[in-house]
Formats: sequence, structure tokens, C-alpha cells
Amino acid sequence: MRHRFAVRVGPIGFRVGSEWRAPIAALQALYRDYPRLDGVPDFTVRLEASRPWRRWVRPSVTIAGDYAIPDAAPLPLRHGLLAAEMGMNLQMALGQRRFLLLHAAAVARKGRAVIMTGESGAGKSTLAALLQTRGWRLLADEFVLIDPATGLVHPFPRPVSLKNAAIGVARAALPDATFGPLLTGTPKGDIRHLLPQPEAIAAMTEAVKPMLLLFPQFGRAAETRAVGAGEAFVRLTQASTNYVGLGERGFDALTRLVRDVTRAAIDYPDTASAAAMIEDLW
Amino acid sequence: MAAARLVALLIDPAQAGTVGPGAWTEILAVARAEQLIGTLAIRLAGMDLPPSVLSVLDGARATALEGRRQALWEAEMGRRALAGVVAPLILLKGTAFVAAGLDAGQGRSIGDLDILVPRPMLDVAEQALLAGGWMWVKPDPYDDAYYRRWMHELPPMLHPERDRMIDVHHTILPPTARLSPDADKLIAAAVPLGNGLAMLSAEDIVIHAAIHLFADGDLSGGLRNLWDIDRLLREFRNGDETFWLKLAARAAEHDAEPVVARALRLSHALFRTPVPAAWRRATATDRLFIRRLLARDGWGRGTRPATRLAFYVRSHWMRMPPALLARHLWIKWQRGAAGG
Repeated sequence: MRHRFAVRVGPIGFRVGSEWRAPIAALQALYRDYPRLDGVPDFTVRLEASRPWRRWVRPSVTIAGDYAIPDAAPLPLRHGLLAAEMGMNLQMALGQRRFLLLHAAAVARKGRAVIMTGESGAGKSTLAALLQTRGWRLLADEFVLIDPATGLVHPFPRPVSLKNAAIGVARAALPDATFGPLLTGTPKGDIRHLLPQPEAIAAMTEAVKPMLLLFPQFGRAAETRAVGAGEAFVRLTQASTNYVGLGERGFDALTRLVRDVTRAAIDYPDTASAAAMIEDLW
Repeated sequence: MAAARLVALLIDPAQAGTVGPGAWTEILAVARAEQLIGTLAIRLAGMDLPPSVLSVLDGARATALEGRRQALWEAEMGRRALAGVVAPLILLKGTAFVAAGLDAGQGRSIGDLDILVPRPMLDVAEQALLAGGWMWVKPDPYDDAYYRRWMHELPPMLHPERDRMIDVHHTILPPTARLSPDADKLIAAAVPLGNGLAMLSAEDIVIHAAIHLFADGDLSGGLRNLWDIDRLLREFRNGDETFWLKLAARAAEHDAEPVVARALRLSHALFRTPVPAAWRRATATDRLFIRRLLARDGWGRGTRPATRLAFYVRSHWMRMPPALLARHLWIKWQRGAAGG
């Protein structure tokens, strides 16, 4: 393909090819602090015109690659960066088999990880982003990678995808951070990517032991509730895109995870309360 | 060219040491797109390769092994659902390869469960599968009626709990096709595997694979299907001097000599399959097929749109008489136009 980009995030290498220059330029800016990919990528993403003429006339970006969903709606070219990010997520969701994938965010301190999972809108991305101001290192947003052989969390610190009101909150809390361009009017409203702090990228090859599994819920009075291993197991099977595909390795990895960590559901009204509750559970 | 390099590596894994990083990237992309990555991973197992290549191949190998386990489990589920209707249950394609422990099953990706049921048992089998939890996936009345009247299989069914499809064949080609393989003979010669499952005879497996490749599709997935044929031929001819004669005789019985001959010629041309001299000379048309089979670039994209279109039209042409084809394409086109 004419325009291309390759990057390594944690243990995963991506290459992205595009029929347009703009999405590649946006990726180069967003991933400027990440190491270049040395060796063979794990996944290929292609950004293609939905019809040959749609490369020029009302340009329309179709997400393709090693793995694709039939009939996925194309995006306008001004959302090309979002298409690239969605393309990378899609490869992980459909093709990842080396790690157990959890739809979750994670942060670490002193070599120990907190995994936060829950429905979309539970606030896990925002919470993970803001915890960076309180001595936590970002491990992952969107996908947490568990190595089935060791049970360790492998950092996968992609840029954090902030949506709508969370954009302003993160800008105020992290004034020195680097943000991607503001993408307005996407299928999920406004989206803006936040680069993880430099130490998160610098430490992204160091696997971390999971300590705490959290089911956070934003916007309620502070409350902590213990979660049984069985409930946590079932909720995580639903939060994993590749639990079934991993077979016995997935079952073993998940059983071990829920057994070895502290498990809790927390309701929180703001980041300060959440941070305090995490300290208590730690 | 990336697809040709993949073929060379499948034939001779010892070449892996000479492949550079850029070429690996392209080979792996083509292998994924052609559903040959699991096969490649098994072929290259234990070799000293760059870590990033090993990591991709390890993932592919794990996926293939899990896919194999799920395919065998699905076959067992089919056997249980159809116990008392058909026994043993005749498996086709990928599931048969792994159930029988054939080389062609090594690392192979397996999608649907394909089974062959005697036509008189079709209605009972359908009811048994519905009772066993399978459901229709084509709610469209035209598609449903079309399958039942014109196809060699029931409309596909899905088991929603396991998210697996089953294709119930009563023969191996649509009744409208120019070729007419004999389903009764396929069933009569099927070989029990000892666990309630069965596969076609060695000759019939090759004939089915050849028909599947050339007479029942537009050659998408063709490279993988031709690799199946190469593996089957190599395995069946070993220790059986008479295999080629039996294959030729059986192909004649099924009225399938031209497609089997082409399968042997192409398999020899692409994968260097050791076939008898009569099948070693590729024709001009064979070279078009090879052009189609290798039409894939290093980003995994299909190339050569004109060749692809020609094979697409040809695939329908071979399956249907002209009037039926025109009607079918007209209805499909209208539906596409209405939907788009």
C-alpha cells in the first residue's frame, strides 16, 4: 500500500497501510514516542476505499486487514485516525491468541497491577487516565493482556480513547499531556486520544503481577463491595473477546487470575474517592 | 511475489532460514488471507526462526489446535443428534481430515461441520437437528426455497449455543451442475472410523476435493483447497501402487475425470506433487487457474480483479443452466440494489 506505518505497543507489533496519507500522518504524530517495529508485525491493518472512486470522491475509509468484520460501516476520511485505531482493536479482538484478552483498563504501582473492567461508560478509561496523576502508571486501556503461561499482565499502553465529557476532564487534570486531534461527530460522539505518560511507554516491556480486580462504577456515592470468585469469573468471560478461542488455556488463565487477586466492585463519585478506595484495597 | 513465496515455503520448510523480515511479513499476511497460517505454523514447527515470526506462528498453531478440538467436538455433537437416523455419520472436508488423522488436517482451519446424509433420510435428519438445537440462518424465503430446490445441501443451520454451523449435504454438487457425481456410490464406499463417524473412501475424498475446488466455487480459498489435494495424494499413494489407477477409474464412475485431472496437474505444477507422468503437463487454461490461485499481494489483498471476476462468473455458469443462472442473478442483483 502507498502509505504505511508500523509500531510496537508492548508485546504487539502492528503495521497499517492506507490509500491516503492523512491517517498515516495522524498515526505518526500520535505514536511519536513509541518504539519503531523491529521484525515482523503481529497484525496488519488496511485502510481502503469502500469503492475505487471513493478514494477521491467523498473519501470513505473501510477497515480491513488480517481480520475483518463483513459489512462494517466505513468512516469518512476525517475520521481516518479513528478507523486506524478501530482496525488495530479489531485485529486484537478477533485474532489475538497468545494472550487472554480482557476488555478492561489497567494501571500499576510498585510492580503490581490493578485491572478495572465493566460496561462501556463505567468510567474505566477516564479513571485509568486520571490515576496517572496520582502515582500510577498506565498499563492498558481497552485491552488488558494476560499471559496464560505466567498469569502476568503484559502492558499494552495504547493512547487512551477519551469520549465526550471525559475529554475536558482529562485536559484539565493532565495539562502537560499530549493529546491527538479532536474527532467530532463520530459514531460515538467526540473522541480524543491521550498519550500515556512517558514512563508508561518506557516500561511497556515489563510484565506485572496482577493484585486487584476492580469493577468500578462512576457517578454514585462511594461504596466498596467484595466480589466472589465465581461472579468475577463469569463477568470476565463476558469481558473477554478470546476466552472461548483459547480453549483450556483461557479457562486456566482466568481461573488463576480470579483466584490470585483481591476482587471488589467500587462505586465512586470522583477520582480522588476512587484512588482512596483503591489504596484501602491494596 | 508473496503468494508464490508462501507456496515455496510450504513445499520446502528448510527454506525458512533464508527468508528476510520483509518477506516474512508478506508471507504471513498471505498465509492468513488464504487460511494457510495454521498449516504453515505446523510445517515450520521446531525451526530456528526470528522471535517475532515465532510469536505469530505460535499463536497460529495454538489457534489451529483449538480449532481442531472444537471441530471434533462438533462432529460428536452431530453424531449424537443424528444417532438413530444415520450411522455412522459421514464427515466431509476439514472435519473428516482431522477425524481420520490425515496429513491434510495438520494445522487446517475448519469452519462449518459438513456431513453427507442419504437423500431419503434428509427430512428426518433435518428434524433431528432442529430438535438438537440447530436453527436456520437464512430467514429469507427465496434463499430457503432456492437451497431446497436447487442445491446439494440443506440451507445452512447454526447451533447458537456453540456458534457453529452445519452443512447437511445429500450429494456433493448441485443437481443443476454439468457434472453429476453419484451420491449413492459415495455413501456405499464410505469408510467407518470406529467411533460412529465415517469418511469417504480415499478416492472419493480426492474427487470431492477436486470438485469442491473447481466445480463448486469461484476459487476463493483455492490455494488451501489445492494444498489439501496435494497432502491427500501424497498420503494415499504411499504404500498403494494401485492408487492412481483406482482414482482414475473412480473419477470416471463419477463423471469427474476432467476436474480430477486438472486437480492433479495443478497440484503437481504448484506443490510438486509426485503424480504419474500423464498429469504433469500444465495446459494453457491451467496457467490461468494458477494465476487466479496466486492472486494475493503482500498486504493480504486480492489482486487481479478481472481474473477473479472471470472465475466468479464461471463458477455460476458451471452450477446452473443459463436460464436459471439469469433468473438467480437477476433476483440477487435486485436484492443488492434494494439493500444498497
